[in-house]
Amino acid sequence: MTTEPILRIEDLYKSFGETQVLKGFSLTIQPQEVVVLVGPSGSGKSTLLRCINLLHPPTAGRVWLDAQEITAPGVDQDKVRQRIGMVFQDFNLFTHLTALGNVMIGLTKVRKMHKKEAHDLAMLELERVGLVDRADHYPAQLSGGQKQRVAIARALGMDPHIMLFDEPTSALDPELTGEVLEVMQQLAKEGMTMIVVSHEMGFARQVASRVVFMENGVVVEEGPPNQMFTQPKSERTRAFLRKITDLDDGGERQ
Amino acid sequence: MQDFLELLRNVVPSLLQGAVITLQIAGVSLLLGGAIGLPLGIGRVYGPPWLQRVLGAYITLFQGTPLLIQLFLVYYGLPDLGLTLGRLTAAYITLGLNSGAYQAEYLRGALQSVSEGQMTAARAIGMSKAQAIRSIILPQALRLVLPAWSNEAIAMLKNTAVVFAIAILDMMGQAKALASDYFAPIPIYMIVAVFYIVLVGVAYLLLRQVERRVQIPGLTSEAE
Ligand SMILES: Nc1ncnc2c1ncn2[C@@H]1O[C@H](COP(=O)(O)OP(=O)(O)OP(=O)(O)O)[C@@H](O)[C@H]1O
Ligand SMILES: [Mg+2]
Repeated sequence: MTTEPILRIEDLYKSFGETQVLKGFSLTIQPQEVVVLVGPSGSGKSTLLRCINLLHPPTAGRVWLDAQEITAPGVDQDKVRQRIGMVFQDFNLFTHLTALGNVMIGLTKVRKMHKKEAHDLAMLELERVGLVDRADHYPAQLSGGQKQRVAIARALGMDPHIMLFDEPTSALDPELTGEVLEVMQQLAKEGMTMIVVSHEMGFARQVASRVVFMENGVVVEEGPPNQMFTQPKSERTRAFLRKITDLDDGGERQ
Repeated sequence: MQDFLELLRNVVPSLLQGAVITLQIAGVSLLLGGAIGLPLGIGRVYGPPWLQRVLGAYITLFQGTPLLIQLFLVYYGLPDLGLTLGRLTAAYITLGLNSGAYQAEYLRGALQSVSEGQMTAARAIGMSKAQAIRSIILPQALRLVLPAWSNEAIAMLKNTAVVFAIAILDMMGQAKALASDYFAPIPIYMIVAVFYIVLVGVAYLLLRQVERRVQIPGLTSEAE
């Protein structure tokens, strides 16, 4: 490919004390790609995302964002995190702030915008996720799906170059996952680069440009969704995808 | 009965004067304690390990020894080190340092009960740790600490009574003086007890109002 990758992860290692979680993980992501990352529980998916935005310092290996090596010493990590949006499984909305306040606080405190400007931009972001009418609600007054959409708006407000989603719908009741996946699909359509840890295989089929299967801290196999679902090279990939696809369908039938 | 009303008429003005002193000492000491407890509590949770240990020692010292001894050491002990304090100043400092230790501990508990995800999310949008503490963690922790802080304020109103021991004429000091002037300790101590209860009751109601006002909508399941 001729384009400059937006994210390059090279031979990443991460240990917590004795436990090795990432063991030489490498992946390159082009602008506007949507990578769905799957893997068994404990394989290191969350750890990988947290290493990418430096919430966990990697033990070894290097990461480049927009051609800048962000794992290099002396890099302003707070600045790097601004460029990487992150959405968590359990939302982590700031409980003492309204939906609007959640989106605004990064704009005023981190991007140093004036109140008025921040307010207007935050309202635009809430509009993007369809929650203008909930702007004055506190997190405790929102449904799970609404909370997650506010969390997405909060991340978008920072104008990120890439978005990381860590199982954004697994804490939601099944009937609420749709509204969140729709917002994500819309984002993908607008050209946002995304890494999505998710076992929503319908989303992977429709939206992903690539599916990456990881296990034990390394990439086992990656490819376009079609190929990964129909003719994976590795027996492990086949077995794993079959298992979660069955679960997925089972869930939908109920 | 006639005697009692007569006594009441005689002692109430002095006790009211004492009440002003009591409130003044409690108020100043609470504020001083807050000014000490806030950085201490934060340092205790987010500071480097050596700082956490130093602050822990300070807190143990003030929580582990009688208030009266602390007062005597400040008022009678510091002059030996060349630092002579007025009575009221000694009272403010002692009660302030003491309350600071308690307030730090309450704040520590509150900071630790703000879920870890709040810090993670704040860092994830590019806030520094200090920014995250200031804008995200503290506003939540201060709401959580309010009930404990109310208890501290009420304990403080009563703890001020120790200052009579360095001859300050707070409510307790006035009561002691009146008791010997009128040779009627029991009725006078009963009257002053009622004074304390009234002060504590008013403080309690005011603090409940504050707690209610800063509640985060939707968060408390408490029935109104
Ligand atoms: N802060 C930490 N300290 C110690 N061990 C950790 C820490 N975070 C993760 N681990 C360990 O790292 C391993 C991988 O965890 P991780 O959360 O990255 O897996 P995952 O692929 O996201 O799993 P899941 O699908 O269950 O979310 C696990 O064994 C976990 O116990
Ligand atoms: Mg995980």
